[in-house]
Amino acid sequence: MIVFKIVGLAIISSILIIIIKQKIPEIAFLLSLVTGLFILILIISQVGEVVRLIKKLVEKAGIDIMYFNTIMKIVGIAYIGEFGAEITRDAGENALATKIEMAVKIIILFLAIPIMISLIETIIELIPRF
Amino acid sequence: MDINLIFKIAGLGIFISIINIVLIQANKEEQAQMLTLVGVIIVLMVVIQLINQLFTDVRSVFGF
Repeated sequence: MIVFKIVGLAIISSILIIIIKQKIPEIAFLLSLVTGLFILILIISQVGEVVRLIKKLVEKAGIDIMYFNTIMKIVGIAYIGEFGAEITRDAGENALATKIEMAVKIIILFLAIPIMISLIETIIELIPRF
Repeated sequence: MDINLIFKIAGLGIFISIINIVLIQANKEEQAQMLTLVGVIIVLMVVIQLINQLFTDVRSVFGF
């Protein structure tokens, strides 16, 4: 079971971080970063399974695959961006974390523009012309 | 993926903190600082590889 692995890993590494933090806070921070990376790498295979399942459903439903690809890209960008923002906030750089979040939001907005345009075109087609 | 990496980093941290105490007791603060820097760089090498692995995995899973 992967859950025992993750919880045990987090508890042991937090104990080790408490021990190291008194003397060398830099290495304690790196240790917490490594633990976070381990947990994310352990969990990404499960995310892959879920993505594959959703993709199968989308293909069965006959929805345009472009929309699915865009949404998955947005989810990946949010995954990475949240991780980076949390790490920088952990290091005490609140301003950098806020800027990372802002950049991620702008990138997501940029990726969502084609979907938005197609939605607006559909709405315009629905409106009856006088 | 091996969990031993965390124990290696923690061991390195404890080792460096002990050597740091010895160096500071011997009035060698500069060398203690250098030792801390070297330890951080060694751990950073590992961290960069892990970050690369995470990015590659995310890229392959979400189809970038």
